[in-house]
Amino acid sequence: MKRLLLAALLALSALSSPALAVQPDEVLPDPALENRARTISQELRCLVCQNQSIDDSNAPLARDLRLLVRDRLKAGDSDDKVMEYVTDRYGDYVLLRPPFKATTLVLWIGPFAVLLLGAAGTFLFLRGRRGVAAGADTAPLSTDERRRLDALLRKDD
Amino acid sequence: MRRLLYLLPFLLFLGVGIAFYLGFERDPRDIPSALIDKPAPTFDLPAIPGQMVQGQPAQGQPGGGGLSSARLAGDVTLVNVFASWCIPCKAEHPVITRLSREQGVTVYGINYKDKPEDALTWLSRNGNPYAAIGADQDGRVSIDWGVYGVPESYLIDRKGRIRFKHVGPLTPQVVEEQILPMVKHLRQG
Repeated sequence: MKRLLLAALLALSALSSPALAVQPDEVLPDPALENRARTISQELRCLVCQNQSIDDSNAPLARDLRLLVRDRLKAGDSDDKVMEYVTDRYGDYVLLRPPFKATTLVLWIGPFAVLLLGAAGTFLFLRGRRGVAAGADTAPLSTDERRRLDALLRKDD
Repeated sequence: MRRLLYLLPFLLFLGVGIAFYLGFERDPRDIPSALIDKPAPTFDLPAIPGQMVQGQPAQGQPGGGGLSSARLAGDVTLVNVFASWCIPCKAEHPVITRLSREQGVTVYGINYKDKPEDALTWLSRNGNPYAAIGADQDGRVSIDWGVYGVPESYLIDRKGRIRFKHVGPLTPQVVEEQILPMVKHLRQG
């Protein structure tokens, strides 16, 4: 019974699909081409709702760009060519994954630089503390100091 | 020396903090145009269907009466992307009108994804400051311009290159402080 219920549930879940922004009339008949279009659209930022890809967004401009991507693919453009077509018009800003170049160096290298700096700081700090623990840089007590310390300790009894 | 080292994380934090704080001042909607200093895209848009120019149907006129990239070279011009359904376009309309009628700047219009009858009603109600209008009904030409939100305005120099872009409605302040000085500069150059 349990197994039957599970099977039924699975069958039902197969029927549902995530809500898509892509409208049925946009989908290309060629599944391979449509797949490429979907992959490209997921990489492109919707300029209206800026944290969504055009694949996710319901904005009219996102739809226009999805259609444009599909038109370029139908015209025989490679994936890179399509990306280039869009960035030529909207700049690197449309790429959800920023490219690695001089102006984005801080973005890509920054976190690693901070991590390295932290590691170096921790290393220096720990090395310094180990020195203190081992008594490496503490001079032995002089006879005068020893006498005062003994006096203080005796006072406590 | 050692004390300085202890200060380092704090100074770093301060630097990052200041950078982020300044970031608050910036408008995330203001995306830098990829087309600045590049030639305006090649296009040929028809007139708005049913539009009349000086009592004649615009579409019957030589060149279709619309707007094409060929018209942009020659003088410094402003290309304004607008639509009747766009509220800020209505707000900037008096500013555009003054720019075209009083301040001597030729303004061309790209009518973005609009219904022809709506666009014509809008123009007859608010006045038509445009020297010519191209109807971009599917928005493809506007994509070539990098349009992502109407209204947008572009300054084109005498060689037909895009030199300045403003996203959002033009205000008297933008015109006085940015557009007019730029027009003057470009006319000399």
